Amino acid sequence: MSDGLEETSGLSLSSMVKEIQGLKDKFKREDADCPSPFADLEKATVLQECRVFSDAKVVTESPRKCSQLITKLLHIVTQGDAMSSSEVTEVFFGVTKLFQSTDASLRRMVYFFIKEVAETCNPDDVIIVTSSLTKDMNSNEDLFRANSIRVLAKMIDATMLGAIERYVKQAIVDKNAMVSSSALVAGAHLIRGSPDVVRRWVNEVQEALHSPSEMVQFHALSLLYEIKQHDRLAISKMVAQLTRGAISSPMATCLLIRYITAILKGSDVDMLASATGRAAYQFLELSLRHRSEAVIYEAAKAIVSLPGVEERDLGPAVAVLQLFLSSPKATLRLAAMRALCDIAIAKPAAVIKCNDDMESLISDSNRSIATFAITTLLKTGSESSVDRLMKQISSFMNEIADEFKIVVVTAIRELCLKYPLKHRVLVGFLANFLREEGGFDFKKAIVDAIVALMCAIPETKESSLLHLCEFIEDCEFTALSTQILHLVGSLGPTAAAPARYIRFVYNRVILENAVVRAAAVTALTKFAAQLPTLRASVSVLLRRSLRDEDDEVRDRATLALRLLGDDLVANTTEVNLLLEPFSMSFSRLGCALNKFNVAHGLEEEGLALNMTTLPVVDDMGPAASAQSASTAIHTSSPATEDVATELYKMPEFATLGKVFRSTSPIELTESETEYVVSVVKHIMDNDHVILEFLITNTIADQLLVDARITLESTDDDNVYTIVQSISAAKLRCGVTTRSWLVLRRNTSESNIFAAQFVAELKFRVLEIDPNTAEIEGDEDGFAEEYPLEDVEISTNDFMGKARVADTDFRSAWESLDRDGEVLEKFSLQFKDLESAVTAVTACLGMQPEDNSQTITDRTKAGVPHSLHLSGIFWVDVRVLVRAQLLLDEKAGCVLKMAVRSPVLQISQIVADCIK
Amino acid sequence: MSKFASGDTLVPSVLAVLLLDSEGNRIIAKYYQGFLGTGLEKSKFEAKLFKKTKNTNTARSDADVIMLDNTIAIFRCGADTRFYVLGSAEENEIILNLVLDGLFEALNTLLRGQLESRALLENLETVMLAVDELVDGGMILETDPQSITSRVLMRGVEGTQPITDMSMSQAIATAKDQLFKSEYLRPHTGALNPPPLQV
Repeated sequence: MSDGLEETSGLSLSSMVKEIQGLKDKFKREDADCPSPFADLEKATVLQECRVFSDAKVVTESPRKCSQLITKLLHIVTQGDAMSSSEVTEVFFGVTKLFQSTDASLRRMVYFFIKEVAETCNPDDVIIVTSSLTKDMNSNEDLFRANSIRVLAKMIDATMLGAIERYVKQAIVDKNAMVSSSALVAGAHLIRGSPDVVRRWVNEVQEALHSPSEMVQFHALSLLYEIKQHDRLAISKMVAQLTRGAISSPMATCLLIRYITAILKGSDVDMLASATGRAAYQFLELSLRHRSEAVIYEAAKAIVSLPGVEERDLGPAVAVLQLFLSSPKATLRLAAMRALCDIAIAKPAAVIKCNDDMESLISDSNRSIATFAITTLLKTGSESSVDRLMKQISSFMNEIADEFKIVVVTAIRELCLKYPLKHRVLVGFLANFLREEGGFDFKKAIVDAIVALMCAIPETKESSLLHLCEFIEDCEFTALSTQILHLVGSLGPTAAAPARYIRFVYNRVILENAVVRAAAVTALTKFAAQLPTLRASVSVLLRRSLRDEDDEVRDRATLALRLLGDDLVANTTEVNLLLEPFSMSFSRLGCALNKFNVAHGLEEEGLALNMTTLPVVDDMGPAASAQSASTAIHTSSPATEDVATELYKMPEFATLGKVFRSTSPIELTESETEYVVSVVKHIMDNDHVILEFLITNTIADQLLVDARITLESTDDDNVYTIVQSISAAKLRCGVTTRSWLVLRRNTSESNIFAAQFVAELKFRVLEIDPNTAEIEGDEDGFAEEYPLEDVEISTNDFMGKARVADTDFRSAWESLDRDGEVLEKFSLQFKDLESAVTAVTACLGMQPEDNSQTITDRTKAGVPHSLHLSGIFWVDVRVLVRAQLLLDEKAGCVLKMAVRSPVLQISQIVADCIK
Repeated sequence: MSKFASGDTLVPSVLAVLLLDSEGNRIIAKYYQGFLGTGLEKSKFEAKLFKKTKNTNTARSDADVIMLDNTIAIFRCGADTRFYVLGSAEENEIILNLVLDGLFEALNTLLRGQLESRALLENLETVMLAVDELVDGGMILETDPQSITSRVLMRGVEGTQPITDMSMSQAIATAKDQLFKSEYLRPHTGALNPPPLQV
């Protein structure tokens, strides 16, 4: 075949070209018929064709055909049509026959194929090629040696590795770079499975490190590090030695820089101050002048990421990055921009000198680079340059994708917080882009930014509100319209000229869909409720919505007009209903209504349903409710299921009244023990407490009979008497059964609610066959006891978390008489206010009001933090607490607390909860 | 693929090498270190990557870069093809660029500058082997185009049959090449023998 060369060279050039031209034309037609040489390949057909591999004649005479078949097969796999395990095995056996051929290209393809399928193949099948591969490892051809090692690395285990270890070690120090690299990379793969074997190669690897080949240096260094990884001292020594200039390869130098950085970051002391640290830093700085850009960048990135690096140390690194900014290569510009953006977060001053270069990058054709440039400039820019910057950005903003715009919006928001005086330009800029084209996420980002700035910078409130109003005049996103209408409703009435917003809101009522109309009606209502001067005119507008086609809009308008009153002289409580948010969440209301139904379904008395007769349901914290919202998809939310449902099913408890409140389950055992017990405390509205024990048996060959809990009081007060005990009749494995205890509080001790008991689980054990559930052995079983954690009834179990429903905290506080007030002062062992507030709230079992559980920045600076709590104490006593917490140098955390309730005794009991 | 270079390692590494045609179809798709588990994830990612880069008109001489889903993709364009090398977002993009350049230049030599999708598919075997010589399980094996070229061709091994499924235009180019060489200097042994002309 190779004789073709001699023939063609014998022809004259022109005739040859002519000849070939003809052939080319002929082929062009065929090209057009068949767009891809691999089009319409069928896996089954190719697999069928692969059977020729067993034909020795084909293998030796047409190696091209064989390697084409392999290519076709791998192409099919690349296109996503994976081979099944049996298919792989079949082909694999065929391919092993190809070792008969001496054709090097075919051999290369065979190596490649084995590597590709080694993982999908049965390991036992793969083994059969090891002898062929081991033979190639001793071949005189460098490329055979190199490739066979790479293939072997993919398939052998520690024992087999032992057998060929000798050859691999030889290969590592082979004078051919490819053989050496292949052996080193193979070592890096093998060290995962056979660390002990590979660690024995340390001398060879060390020698390879000094190879003249750059890639060999790189591979040797990475393997050497892997080998010594767990010996920190050896690593430090190795790195220190190499920094003195043994390595020329750029890749190896990059790797060395990473190792140095890892050592510097891993040490707890201030490494940069120490001698070794300084030496390491010097190496990094030296690397900034390396011939390879990869090394320069790696070193610069390393320097800026060092812990405790100072601005003057950053200088050289920033300087080289600055040079990269004007490189013609996009990769370099992006790399430098990314690094500078990172520096700008912590040390914007260090990057300022690059501002000019970065400004020219705003118009970079690569949008990632441009976005990085802008966000960095927004961080480093001075107050005076804001206007100019904004001008540059506005032309740029129209050209980039929404995701980049969002990044810019976030950066502008931060810039505005930094330079509040520039709010007019910055918010104006944001508002401009509200009017431009853009998707929902982009618009939402702008609206969120503007709203956040309204909260942070009060001066922007009025103008921003108008910007937003203009935006909803032409807003296609219902969610944003309703959000803004709500905002206008709550902020508009207190603005300087509230009447100007009415037009914007009313336009929504005329022009929008039902959801937005409803939101607009609510917003109008708020204007009418708060501004008597506007009430008459707004009512006229609201009246038009009475005939709206949508139920919700009509309902809202009707409700508003009714509460505002026909004569428009509304009384305050009714108007408050329009303004105040509903006093409990919907899930909580649903829960309370359920309880009401269950409790009153059993009793004959007809009790009117209103806010005060609703049973108290504990408020869940915002975190808990958010969590339940996210889990709600998978499980029915536990909050909506009343914990007392089971209790009401027990006829024994019918005479004991209604449940005042129930606690959440408290574990009395570890969750992995043989018997798992938890308790729910139900506080009844008379002097009873019912303890509901949930018992789970986790032992398969035991049946528990007559399981009950015994309690023994730990003090002599005898606050509670056990009046009834209901045991769980039978407990099979894995089933949770209930056992009950009824306690009666001795009313002579009316001021004491807390008590502690030693608890024990008592039962009889029957041994059963876990498979058939038949009882084995003694029919009566034997008695057994199992100690549990103490059961505690505390005062705060009697406290229901309940918000002040109908008014705000302050007026509720003032409506309670000062005679029922108790003042206390405590010193608490807390290091910070957050944990103190959480602990006090938990200790009292009350609901924080006015968001006072959140510590603001102001209070951190030595000003006391005010905490407002409210709750309902058994059965219907409203309790309010005002507390002040202060961190004091000497006394620790000081808590001053005032408790008010209509009953002085109860105030005292509540105050005593803090111990 | 082996679990080599997963996560905690500091060694510069490659997550994927992709060659796509003008419609975003795969010519080569090699993923390493368990990057993107299922086939579906991979094709989704490729589609996204292609969508983001198909309109970038970079010159053939220079690489461009894009950040996508916590990865960095460096890419270069052939006539109707896109060559991508992907690394993690923390990776040194200049090293990734070196890897891509190594592949691109090697293929450019191997396919005689014919980097359109048809030529790549016709010489798929060469392309596959070039990628295999470039990266081994995520570890960068070689970035020097010349070394890659000669290793793919198994240059220097006796009994080498050339990989000769070149298209006709390539055949002409090769023939011309050989012709000049035969007139001025004899071709060195084993190097790129011409294709058989009897088709």
